[in-house]
Amino acid sequence: MTRAIITVVGKDTVGIIAKVCTYLADNQINILDISQTIVQDFFNMMMIVDMKKSVKPFDTISEELSKIGVEIGVQVKCQLEDIFDKMHRI
Amino acid sequence: MINMNEVFETNKMIEQENLDVRTITMGISLLDCADNNLDTTCKKIYDKITTLAKDLVKTGENISKEFGIPIVNKRISITPISLVGGACCKIPGDYVQIAKTLDKAAKTVGVNFIGGYSAVVSKGMTRSDELLIRSIPMALACTERICSSVNVGSTKTGINMDAVRLMGDIIKETAEQTKDCDSLGCAKLVVLCNAPDDNPFMAGAFHGVSEADAIINVGVSGPGVVKHALEQMDINARSNDGKNGSDATFEVLCETIKKTAFKITRVGQLVAQEASARLGVPFGIIDLSLAPTPAIGDSVADILKCIGVEHPGAPGTTAALALLNDQVKKGGVMASSYVGGLSGAFIPVSEDQGMIDAVEAGALTIEKLEAMTCVCSVGLDMIAIPGDTPATTIAGIIADESAIGMVNQKTTAVRIIPVVGKTLGDTVEFGGLLGYAPIMPVNTFASTRFVNRTGRIPAPIHSFKN
Repeated sequence: MTRAIITVVGKDTVGIIAKVCTYLADNQINILDISQTIVQDFFNMMMIVDMKKSVKPFDTISEELSKIGVEIGVQVKCQLEDIFDKMHRI
Repeated sequence: MINMNEVFETNKMIEQENLDVRTITMGISLLDCADNNLDTTCKKIYDKITTLAKDLVKTGENISKEFGIPIVNKRISITPISLVGGACCKIPGDYVQIAKTLDKAAKTVGVNFIGGYSAVVSKGMTRSDELLIRSIPMALACTERICSSVNVGSTKTGINMDAVRLMGDIIKETAEQTKDCDSLGCAKLVVLCNAPDDNPFMAGAFHGVSEADAIINVGVSGPGVVKHALEQMDINARSNDGKNGSDATFEVLCETIKKTAFKITRVGQLVAQEASARLGVPFGIIDLSLAPTPAIGDSVADILKCIGVEHPGAPGTTAALALLNDQVKKGGVMASSYVGGLSGAFIPVSEDQGMIDAVEAGALTIEKLEAMTCVCSVGLDMIAIPGDTPATTIAGIIADESAIGMVNQKTTAVRIIPVVGKTLGDTVEFGGLLGYAPIMPVNTFASTRFVNRTGRIPAPIHSFKN
């Protein structure tokens, strides 16, 4: 399993989750967990995904997600889970 | 499972607090490149570097993209060249040819610096060592990416004062030969005492003879992250203390630095292991250093201010720095499987906006910086001084700094720039990560007779510690 964390931060608008999830489904990326909050109109979302069956390489997915973010006015980042695991778990 | 707060905390460190991995440095042994023909030696050096490090930059960039953590520099350290060129270099110009080869190799593989144009002469100089040292000004003037270092002393051997005196002249000569670009050559030349074999940070990096054929060393950073954690800590302390709004206690302060250093270092450990696995080169060490950059908020001086001194240089600075340095190590050691290199807080002047401000405010002098180097790595670093400072005074400064390293069993270094044509009141611009610096005053009383004595200072006694 290649687990990655996708974070979305930006001003709330219609269809953020839909856009990101559609893209993930189209590329055979499985969503394992989603958490989301809105603080003062600011949209914060984190997804844990499994990219093992992804049809595209990691850097392409990461770049394309970032582009989708630009289109809808939010910041989308895709990072391998290890960096968070290493920093916050002993 | 990782939660949202943790993810956003990490990303905030990266995006707003300048968390980065400062360098992935590949150490490469060039001992097997030695030959008695100069051209053959150069060819072997070029081939070995460009083969082993051909994927270094690309791998660094890939890791950076996948984990979302900036990796600022990809660099190479090599065996001290005086050990490699001994058989084939007859004049300083021969060493310059090796320097040009190294510069070409660095450009081919795309690294921004290659360190190890060095000699280790802590007890005595071989003919080859001296030829290399005498070639340094010319080598730094005609190359872009070479970093040079000379180790002039150690706790075990004492201080080689003949080398110290020579380095005073070499620094002046390097300044003169690179005067068209504010004596920039001196920013790539460092004189060390107790130099470590596995340091990934420039300009003092070289791949010591105790190392394997190739190795990956990683230098972490993150002064901005520590500073932010300390600010938050005091805000919390004041809001919890309804009566007098006190700052946090030393206990809380130290715990906060330790925890933050742990998190920063874990990122370095991850990057080091990934780079090692992907390049097929063994992992060497993590260097636990707080390395500032001229970027606002990426400053060790700012941490000292958060701890509570108005400017670095104010009374209390040395104690604050000692505390910071120690807690960074305590937090970092557990986060990494192998720790080495310089491992400490760096206090360069030109590379740290807070230090520059302190000098301009009149709070920080070379003498206070010297005291600060007693408790942290690495030494008098990136300090611009008047261009007419005598070579013997520079040698005196090197001797003082080496004595601190020798007696305290720690690494110390001098990287000072006597900027040709500039004097007090001027500033000098080095650009990029090297930053800019105001010219600092140097004590004008002479050290000529002391420096001109020949021979060496014996190693200190290792008992009767007081």
